[in-house]
Amino acid sequence: MKILVAVKRVVDYNVKVRVKADGTGVETANVKMSMNPFDEIAVEEAVRLKEAGKATEIVVVSVGPTQAQETLRTALAMGADRAILVQHDGETQSLGVAKALKALAEKEQPGLVILGKQAIDDDANQTGQMLAALLGWAQGTFASKVVPAEGTVAVTREIDGGLETVELKLPAVVTTDLRLNEPRYASLPNIMKAKKKPLEVVDAVGLGVDLTPRLKTLKVVEPAKRAGGIKVGSVEELVAKLKTEARVI
Amino acid sequence: MLITEEQAMIRDMARAFARERLAPGAAERDRTSRFPAEELREMGGLGLLGMLVPEEWGGAGTDVISYVLAIEEIAAGDGAISTIMSVHNSVGCAPILKFGAEAQKERYLRAMATGQMLGAFCLTEPQAGSDASALKTRAVRDGDHYVISGAKQFITNGRHAGVALVFAVTDPVAGKKGISAFLVPTDTPGYTVARLEHKLGQRCSDTAQIVLDNVRVPADAVLGEPGQGYRIALANLEGGRIGIAAQSVGMAQAAFEAARDYARQRTSMGVAIIEHQAVAFRLADMATRIEAARQLVLHAAALRQAGLPCLKEASMAKLFASEMAERVCSDAIQTFGGYGYVDDFPVERIYRDVRVCQIYEGTSDIQKLVISRNL
Amino acid sequence: MTTILVIAEPSAEGVKAPTLTTLGAAAKLGGAVHVLVLGQGVAGVADATAKIAGVAKVLVADAAELAHGLAENVAPLVVGLVKSGGYSHVLAPSTTFGKNVAPRVAALLDVAQISDITGVESPDTFTRPIYAGNAIATVQSLDPVKVATVRGTAFEAVQATGGSAAVEAVSGAADAGLSTFVGNEVSKSERPELTSARVIVSGGRGMQSGDNFHLLEALADKLGAAVGASRAAVDAGFVPNDYQVGQTGKIVAPELYIAVGISGAIQHLAGMKDSKVIVAINKDEEAPIFQIADYGLVADLFKAVPELTGQV
Repeated sequence: MKILVAVKRVVDYNVKVRVKADGTGVETANVKMSMNPFDEIAVEEAVRLKEAGKATEIVVVSVGPTQAQETLRTALAMGADRAILVQHDGETQSLGVAKALKALAEKEQPGLVILGKQAIDDDANQTGQMLAALLGWAQGTFASKVVPAEGTVAVTREIDGGLETVELKLPAVVTTDLRLNEPRYASLPNIMKAKKKPLEVVDAVGLGVDLTPRLKTLKVVEPAKRAGGIKVGSVEELVAKLKTEARVI
Repeated sequence: MLITEEQAMIRDMARAFARERLAPGAAERDRTSRFPAEELREMGGLGLLGMLVPEEWGGAGTDVISYVLAIEEIAAGDGAISTIMSVHNSVGCAPILKFGAEAQKERYLRAMATGQMLGAFCLTEPQAGSDASALKTRAVRDGDHYVISGAKQFITNGRHAGVALVFAVTDPVAGKKGISAFLVPTDTPGYTVARLEHKLGQRCSDTAQIVLDNVRVPADAVLGEPGQGYRIALANLEGGRIGIAAQSVGMAQAAFEAARDYARQRTSMGVAIIEHQAVAFRLADMATRIEAARQLVLHAAALRQAGLPCLKEASMAKLFASEMAERVCSDAIQTFGGYGYVDDFPVERIYRDVRVCQIYEGTSDIQKLVISRNL
Repeated sequence: MTTILVIAEPSAEGVKAPTLTTLGAAAKLGGAVHVLVLGQGVAGVADATAKIAGVAKVLVADAAELAHGLAENVAPLVVGLVKSGGYSHVLAPSTTFGKNVAPRVAALLDVAQISDITGVESPDTFTRPIYAGNAIATVQSLDPVKVATVRGTAFEAVQATGGSAAVEAVSGAADAGLSTFVGNEVSKSERPELTSARVIVSGGRGMQSGDNFHLLEALADKLGAAVGASRAAVDAGFVPNDYQVGQTGKIVAPELYIAVGISGAIQHLAGMKDSKVIVAINKDEEAPIFQIADYGLVADLFKAVPELTGQV
């Protein structure tokens, strides 16, 4: 079974983003970029499935600017076999990305597509579901366990209040949640090997896909700050305040 | 200096590993002096303990620039572990790679390159530090064996190494040409850890005094040729010094980042203290010094990678970076005020950890000597 | 004309809180509000939904294929209703159900989906948090149908009574033949669910171990509270993922939120800062959590929490 994994280049999760003064977005110039953490989990899951003999080839794809090649190289260093970049310099939104991934899925015919459940920049949590819809495939979102079998895959999902297991007909789309696995660090020998692995660059026009944004961002502002409160000196004082002042207990 | 995409990936991997796997336990290891066996096992798996060893011997086969970038990041996570890494790579693996016979490489280098075996470098003696020609340890030929006796001081990895590269005098009248290097498995009878030092910093990296009491090794334990020891000892001085310089930069960077983040968060007189010019300017100076040192390190590494002479540049990098680092760590403590002096924050530990960078692999005075002789 | 289809949070037991807050967002849009109640054996829930204030019509899809809310079966049904009913808006709660289904509906309609809206500026313009709540974006949808998920904590719940909507059965539910429900493992707890609890006691890395969470459980039991955790505590393996409060976990807004041994990373604050009263207990007086706490106590949690449990 071939696995297609989609990854996104985002502002590194350790960076504290700052809203631009003109309100058009957040500052991304000279900011460290990395692979979306949920997508690292997706790559790791694919590599583990391959190591377990459940997958034969891992193709990692991204939709984004030239620099997203670095993100793809990281996935190759983690163990993916080859990479495809749909080069696009403008804003990407979930629906357009899902259409690009659909075109690639039709070409590559994977048995499974694995993506992160959301990217930590736009926090949309849509692309996997949209891709499944466009392909007419089953979707296993927010996965904490993925067990492929003959023609199906059992996916345990993180849902409100617990876990749910569904059985999906293959091919299917899976999106990853935090507990699915702990991604490995790419080892130095594998980083050295990654540069020799194939990385193909295509564009949206070539795929026949329209990436024009459907949502227009009018402005971006900092969240309202919550005013700080007071320090109390003891548990007694805290209990008194909660009872008589805040009246919540 | 601009680095390649691959070098950036190596740096980023080392950074992520150091931040997530090393930094969280650094304070606890400092308190308990616990040897980081598990952390080193992981580093071995990632190729960090055989960076400059070619793939055919199980290493990662990276270039020198990637190596110093990785050392810097590991040092930012835990300075003591960066010393273990630096010693193992530069004076553990490198001499065997350069001078070792095939059988020696097969026996030691393959295991060392993946971190399954650690190396120690036994040159310094109680009475012989930077003056390597004053060695007292003797190796006496006995048939097809050598019998080694003496004491070695300040041996990093002395307790946990699987193999020690021991320098001993084989021909007392031949001076520097009478020194030979021996690969001594540390389970050889007579190899004794006489004491573990209690140090100002870098406490999870053990520093041992080793007593060699009639240690009997076969003649094929000689690394290179008999009498080649002094040359072997000096062969990777530049590499070792560039490594220490990179460690200094990494520790300084970690202290700086802690101070910067604190200055952004801590308020006084109604604003974050970074808004006070005295604090902001001090941070600007710290960042500038660190960057200057980093460029010296990268330049020396680039020369070394190109196979060009770099003795002076390596000494300059080590001298400048190690002295810069003490100053930057001190400034970081100052930024924290009283909190910098207590162990709630990492800067006091980094300050202690980084101090030895001005001492080991040639003190600052020795570096000045080298530089002044090459003016 | 604005006509809104709200997909109710599925439950055979009754009207769920996220349905009421999603209706709160619908009320801000203005226009006729229809609610789709789906599931198996949900006639009673449909009747209860019809009593919610401001609901014009309840559509009830009662079928075995919808029993477990599988997106593959739910989405085509919703798409059919949108096309036949001419809805301008489809709203679903930002629950794991809504987040699973709404993007699938949007893609089938070839429209964008707006995730996790926290404000309604106009019928086509919404606010939503991005970058883990570090920024708030105002976005305008250029599509004919607006499909959005609604962050419950950002809107007032509508009154559960006072309405008298017509209930209309809809047919057309089918098994897409793509997925089957195997089973679920609901966290067994006598305590309330995090997202609906009136009081939450949460622990962070400062708890030091999973065992120490019994201190919080004892306090929670005294207060009738739910127990939550920061991502740091989940990552450290102290408690399961479904305890997690934060941008990538659950977004909560209880009347009282007690943060114990939580430093207050932005990703955590994004998940709980809308709580009415926030209490922080931490030994590090510089912890950022104190900047948003109404009542801060600088103390060793291992002493303060048992003391607090004894006094409430």
